[in-house]
Amino acid sequence: MTPEVGQGALVVALALAVYGAAGAAVGARRGRTALVESAQHAALGVFGLITFAFALLVYAFLAFDFSVRYVAQNTNLGTPFYYRITAVWGALEGSIVLWGWMLALFTLIVILRHRERARELYPWVLTVMLGVMAFFLSVMTIAAPPFERLTPVPADGRGLNPLLEDTGMITHPIALYLGFTGFTVPFAFAVAALVTGRVGDAWIALTRRWTITAWYFLSLGLLIGGWWSYHVLGWGGYWAWDPVENAAFMPWLTATAFLHSVMIQERRRMLKLWNLALVILTFSLTLFGTFLTRSGVIASVHAFTQGAIGAFFLAFLGLVVLVALGLLAWRWETLRSEGELDSVVSRESAFLLNNVFLVAAAFTVFFGTVFPLLSEALRGVKVSVGAPFFNQVNVPLFLSLIFLMGVGPLIAWRRASLENLRRNFLGPIALGGAGAAFFALLGVRSALAVLTLALTLFVGATIALDFFRATRARLRTGERLLPAMGGLLARHNRRYGGFVVHLGILVIAVGVTGSQAWSVHTETTLQRGEAAELAGYRVRFDGLAAAEESNHFKVVGTFTITNGRLGPAVMQPSKKFYPQETSPIAGVDYWIGLKEDLYLVLGDFTRDGGQATVKVQVNRLVTWIWIGGVVLTLGALLAILPERRKTT
Amino acid sequence: MMGWLRWLIPLSAVPILVLLAYGFRLNPREVPSPLVGRPAAPFTLRDFSGEPFSLGAQRGKVVVVNFWASWCYPACYEEAPVLERGWRAWRDRGVVVVGVDIQDTAEKAQKFIADFGLTFPNAPDVAGKVSIEYGVYGVPETFFIDRRGRIRAKHVGAVTEDVFRTWVEQLLAEPA
Repeated sequence: MTPEVGQGALVVALALAVYGAAGAAVGARRGRTALVESAQHAALGVFGLITFAFALLVYAFLAFDFSVRYVAQNTNLGTPFYYRITAVWGALEGSIVLWGWMLALFTLIVILRHRERARELYPWVLTVMLGVMAFFLSVMTIAAPPFERLTPVPADGRGLNPLLEDTGMITHPIALYLGFTGFTVPFAFAVAALVTGRVGDAWIALTRRWTITAWYFLSLGLLIGGWWSYHVLGWGGYWAWDPVENAAFMPWLTATAFLHSVMIQERRRMLKLWNLALVILTFSLTLFGTFLTRSGVIASVHAFTQGAIGAFFLAFLGLVVLVALGLLAWRWETLRSEGELDSVVSRESAFLLNNVFLVAAAFTVFFGTVFPLLSEALRGVKVSVGAPFFNQVNVPLFLSLIFLMGVGPLIAWRRASLENLRRNFLGPIALGGAGAAFFALLGVRSALAVLTLALTLFVGATIALDFFRATRARLRTGERLLPAMGGLLARHNRRYGGFVVHLGILVIAVGVTGSQAWSVHTETTLQRGEAAELAGYRVRFDGLAAAEESNHFKVVGTFTITNGRLGPAVMQPSKKFYPQETSPIAGVDYWIGLKEDLYLVLGDFTRDGGQATVKVQVNRLVTWIWIGGVVLTLGALLAILPERRKTT
Repeated sequence: MMGWLRWLIPLSAVPILVLLAYGFRLNPREVPSPLVGRPAAPFTLRDFSGEPFSLGAQRGKVVVVNFWASWCYPACYEEAPVLERGWRAWRDRGVVVVGVDIQDTAEKAQKFIADFGLTFPNAPDVAGKVSIEYGVYGVPETFFIDRRGRIRAKHVGAVTEDVFRTWVEQLLAEPA
């Protein structure tokens, strides 16, 4: 019975969402607050019902209810407790439920926070939020029902995709979905602004923290995804320009552009239209990403999840894009800028360039991702676009963005004087130049690496310079050093939060550069007792052992590692054989260090355990990517904090 | 930008949407296989009831070789009735359906066969030799073999009535 109850709850929730969306719109047009309040109640009902359905789905997993197709597909009797819960969102149907639940939660928060503060926009915000909710609920009730029955009922389930049996599975999707769904709120406000014609700065002020919060979660999701890819997939990489990765990266790029261009609108009343367009684009890209990864339209590892869901997402994407851009065209006249660009050498133009580069990056990623489709449509030729294309186009864009990161925050608004340029940039440029010479003398051969490191120094110096000057100004008023620095962060948390994010990106850039330029690896077949050497490490093969785990069979290789500084230590990469998978899954063993990681992957072996192939990788500076990620998210958190009243 | 020109903004999204819609027409399951057009590797297996089955002995008939496993939800569950109906409808016209069960336990496989009432021969590929020779990298995969013993198509994912009928009719229409 339980599955039918769950499905029923979703159907009722769908009806309530449709009613609420329509009610709020009619209430707004006719000025009838009672209708808007009724829509509010409907939204509360939706939240209650989808929470209930979600709980039932979790229960079905915990109880091994294999009569539910989705449960049978994603769990089996051997699945450990922890993964039985994360398996709930391990595949299509459940992940849509999780998505819908988060959206309902955000709708609830919008109601609590904005009901009083945004009287004019609020009903329309409610309409959009509930409209999007209705779409996801219609997917859950029609295209991808999570509670669908399976007959005959199998004795055991298939089991979760073994690659998803990882702690990353609880954090990565949750962070990513919070990011994706979070962008619904700024989008809803943007549409409300267009519908009501109140396209001034109000909607931006109301959604600033929403946008940064969504951006924070999306960044976190991308970083955890990279970490998962690094320590689970066993190829020693963290980013591969796979369509699925690109799907999450594109909205991140446009959202980053939006976070920057918003500042120009606040300060100079420019770019109203552009900001609305960026929010619409970001939200559309989150839908596009979901469409891409769930429809099977573009060949990737996910090509097997097919069915009606692709058509659903495409239809909704079309509706969103056409309606939102249509509203934009309709309000064209009122969206004209009040401010104008005074000079090319100004903070405005640095921010504009930053926007151009970010959107260009998003466009090239989009183009590379859909190119196989385009090629097949126009020429009938199957092609695939690989990492070289994306790197070639994006590396110069990202380097330019890093450069602008140094210029933007310190260059003057409107028109920069020579004095302003000299005062702020002479020192950092000198430091960057000296750094480049230093790295070249040190023997760094890759020009790209030298350039990146020099740019990093330049930007780091501009941030340090700014912080130093601001601190010095406070010291002059008699404050002590630490309170002065803390006060700066607390009172100008938005500005310094941004700086901390920039520092995080610099650290990530160093990690990416180092891992690309200086990592080494070798693959070698060893007899028992034989050793291989790489970059100062000696890796000796000692033997194989087998173990039976609750849901798979595991072959573990034992290797003894020595290098000049460390005594002998043991590493045990493994190969896991899951009955439901045709090829074994690598169990990577790694040592992580600031300078380099040692990373072992077990390859083929003989049955008697006398010989094994092992891939030894020394990955340089990769840890800095994770450190930079932590710094970046801390900066975003700082920027999310409510702004204190300023004393200066 | 004046007048009607501004409506170009929403319209510019239309070609992209059309392109994405076109994607539905492509079939990611149509996997090019180097084996298509080549002679099918002969094999002999003992089916679950103990009867031998030899591919070599089927020359002159159209053979549908289906690789499956009892743990393969939902695709194998979807196609099992299709294969059974196809076998019953076409067996008299010289079509043979054979199931090769891979990476499975005999007990679960036999329950699967009983649950779906499968009457065409089904044999376990105990040593995994057949699936290796056919380059199977997942289940289900289905090969359509013509009367002259050549592989003519490879289908990845559940076989539908349409796919089954189209290939079988086409191969039957060809001279032996």
